[in-house]
This record gives sequence, structure tokens and C-alpha cells, in this order.
Amino acid sequence: MNAPPTGAPARGPEAPAEPSTRLAVSARDVRKRFGKHEVLHGISLDVAGGDVVCVIGPSGSGKTTFLRCINHLERIDEGRIEVEGELMGYRERPDGTLEEDSETEIARKRSRIGFVFQRFNLWPHKTALQNVIEAPIRVRGVEDGSAVAEGEQLLARVGLEDKRDAYPDRLSGGQQQRVAIARALAMQPSLMLFDEPTSALDPEMIGEVLAVMQELAGTGMTMICVTHEMGFAREAADRIAMVEDGLIIEEGTPDHFFTSPQHERTQQFLSKIL
Amino acid sequence: MLAISIDWGLLYERIFSPGGAFWKALATTVGIAVVSETFGIILGFVTWLSSRSRWWPIRAVTYAYMLAFRGTPLVVQVFFIYFGTNLFLGFALFPREIVVFGLEVPGAVLAGVVALSLNEGAYMSEIIRAGIDAVDRGQMESALSVGMTRRLAMRRIILPQAARIIVPPLGNQFNYMLKGTSLLAFIGVYELFRDAQLLYARNFQPVEVFIGVAFWYLLLTTLWSLVQVQIERRLGASERGEEEPWSKRLLGIEAESRI
Repeated sequence: MNAPPTGAPARGPEAPAEPSTRLAVSARDVRKRFGKHEVLHGISLDVAGGDVVCVIGPSGSGKTTFLRCINHLERIDEGRIEVEGELMGYRERPDGTLEEDSETEIARKRSRIGFVFQRFNLWPHKTALQNVIEAPIRVRGVEDGSAVAEGEQLLARVGLEDKRDAYPDRLSGGQQQRVAIARALAMQPSLMLFDEPTSALDPEMIGEVLAVMQELAGTGMTMICVTHEMGFAREAADRIAMVEDGLIIEEGTPDHFFTSPQHERTQQFLSKIL
Repeated sequence: MLAISIDWGLLYERIFSPGGAFWKALATTVGIAVVSETFGIILGFVTWLSSRSRWWPIRAVTYAYMLAFRGTPLVVQVFFIYFGTNLFLGFALFPREIVVFGLEVPGAVLAGVVALSLNEGAYMSEIIRAGIDAVDRGQMESALSVGMTRRLAMRRIILPQAARIIVPPLGNQFNYMLKGTSLLAFIGVYELFRDAQLLYARNFQPVEVFIGVAFWYLLLTTLWSLVQVQIERRLGASERGEEEPWSKRLLGIEAESRI
């Protein structure tokens, strides 16, 4: 926690986080290698509770890998990631080094982090409602009746109460992604991670998913969104982080990014996608 | 002109009113096939699990087993297990009669079931592995992301999907199994083919006798393929609104419908 952030991203004029406010996410000097190829070169990111952070950057820059490290879908090779003050995926040995946590402990921590995948990954053998209530019943131990009631509420919240009994192959991409968001919310997470949630969608369906995300952001949910949707970033994000080659090279408010991006690579990237 | 004239009366009898011990032989064939297939599936599952063990001796034994049972003829395995193990172990593993769950079973039947199950398990483990590998990797990831353990995700998310992929090749396996039981005639199990052999030895009318027994095998495999179609329909239907009660019977996995 005390390690100073390295990599010296070109930050906006922000005061360092108050020690009293617990960070929702604190990633420190995270390195990740696939074989000999290092994808993350010591990335650091702090997210305060209730903040919405959009992570942008060219494909292959490591932003998806970083997101997957946060809920330990990927192991990390160096650094540490804390979620709600708890070390994610690892536990500390007495000598200060880290070892991977037990599977049940990892699962317990993951259950409080929602993850929305680019390709939805709904379970095709279950209906929309069954997708949503599966984890509450099996993992949280909620009783069937109240899980169904909660599930129906969540489906209504994403505008799909009438698709309760539809199987995923009968739903459009946008509808599947909204069910996937409801499924993640059903675990009552304190943090939601979105991995390019609209990249696999037809253009006319992007809006309905972004609307759900925007509504969620409005409720004060802590969110980290890897996205290319700059309109969404402008509307919903508290901060934007630009990732390039495994490092955050610039971080700031949407205003900062849209009016006066500092880094040359940020300017290039924005000029291409805006 | 045919060299042999067919005894139509005998052929008719062998197909439509086979008497004597035929029905017992038929029951033995079906019984051995069903029991061996069931054990084969369970064994295939255990083999798949142990092939992924983190201890290399377990993996080594698993691979040796699969190599041996997929690489040698079934009839050799049957003979080795029935005759060979006695010499190998120094005592009769399969005596003339064995009591299993209060039933008196000939030792040859038991040896046959063991051989067929072991052989089937070696093949089933590959089929199960292929079925599970065919399920998209994102399915496990989304299950983990909501806080499931691998074990729970396997049971609730992966296996029900794998079952659908596994059923068609499993149907083939049971088809082989129904026919493969005929090899047990050579160790003296009184099943369909043994029944035919003994009759032929008395009347020297191979054409009628063997066409007759071929008909009964054909009937069994055809009936099975009809059942298989029903199973596949049920499993496929789960995507359109029904739960899959068959997966439990086929794979021993729990797929109870909670809602």
C-alpha cells in the first residue's frame, strides 16, 4: 500500500488519495508475462469507491489483461492488486512475499466483483432468469424464492423482464449482454469490471447496453470499463486512463482528455477514434 | 440355383419363436452390455479425472491403462482377464459361481463384465475429454467470475453442456458394446452368440442359425438407435425450455431442476 506509484504517468493535478478513504481498487506495479512476452510492465491504478474509470488504448496494449488480473482470471507475476483493501488472488507470507490464495478464498473475493465479458459468455443451457439466479443460489446461498424475485427485478432493471424464460440463443447480442450484466449484479458486487462490453455488438445494439451501464454508474457503483466508446467515457467516467504498451501513460478527467491531452500517443489515439 | 436350400421353417423359428434358453441368452447379452457400459462411463470419468492429476505417477498409470486397453484386441483382454489373472495372481479371481448382491453369477460373466468395462472406460475417457474440451473456455471463466469454484462450475455449467456433445459418440460406443458382448461366448458365457453356436453344433445349419442371431443383434442395435435419438432430442431441447434429466442417468451428474 505504501509503495509509491511508479511509471510516472502524466497525471492531472490531483491530490493523492486521502489515507482515510479506502480505495476500491489499488493496483501497484503489476507485471504480467505470457511466456517470455511481458504484457504489463508494472502498471498501477487507484480507483476510489464510487468512481467510474474508463480504460482506453490501442488493442494489444494490455488493458484487457489488466482487467482480468483484477479479478484474478489471470495470475500476476509481480506487484500487487487490492480490492476493497484485500489482497486479490494472493496471500502474504510472513516474509512479505506473496503466494497464491486457496481456490475457495479466490472464489469468495471474486464473488464480490462483477465481470462483464466482451463475448457475454452466458450459459446456453440456462434461461435468462436461470443465468441470473444460478450464482445467488449456488454461491451466495440465497433461497430459491427470493433469488427468483431478485432475478426478476434485475431483469426488469436491464429492460428484459419479458425475456425471463428465453434461452440465450433466442436473444440478440444486446439482450445477451444486458442479461450478462444482470447476472453479474445478482452477486451484489461492490465493483464491476467491463471488458469491451459493446465491441462484439451490432452498432444498433450498442446504445441499449451503454444505457444500462450509464444507469449503473449513476447509482454510485464502482466501475472499471475497458471501452472504445468515447461518448460513454465522456458522459459517465470520472476518470479516463490511457494504456499504451502495458503502462498507463496518461490519466485524467474526461475534460482533460477531450480538451488537452498531454501525451503524444494519447493525442494520436484520440484523433483516430474520435 | 442356390447351393444350399434354406430351411425356412428353422429360420422362421430362430427369428420369431426361438425357444429353449434363447430368452435367457438375450437377457444376458442386454444385461452385460448395460452393466458394462454403465461401469465404462463411470470408469471413463474417473480416468479423465486422473489423467489430469497433479501427481505424475497417477497420470502415468492412467496413460498406461489407456494405451493397453485401446491398443490391444478386446478378445485378448477378455481371455487374459478370465484365464490369465488366475495364473497371474495364483488364485481364482473368477471362480465358477460368484454371488453378487445375492445373485449367483457365473465367474465368466463377471470376468466378461470386467473386461468390457475396462475396455469401454479407456475409450469413454477420450470421449468425455473431447466433450469437455469442446465447451467454450469463456463458460468456465464466466462461472468463476461470479464466485464459483472450479468444481461447482464443472458440475453446473460445463458438464451439462459437454453431455450434449458426448451423447452421439456414446451412442456409438453402446452399439459396439451390444455387439462386443458376443466375444464372451469364447469364455463360455451363455449369451446370444453362444446360444447360436451350441445350436449350430447340434444341427449343422449355419445359414439359418447365424442369420437368425444376426437378426436379433440388428434388432437390439436398431432399438438402441431409436432410444439414442430420443436422448439427443431431450438434451437438445433443454435449450428450448426443458431441463435435462437424462444427463444424470448418462453421466452420473446432478442436473436437478431447481426452478
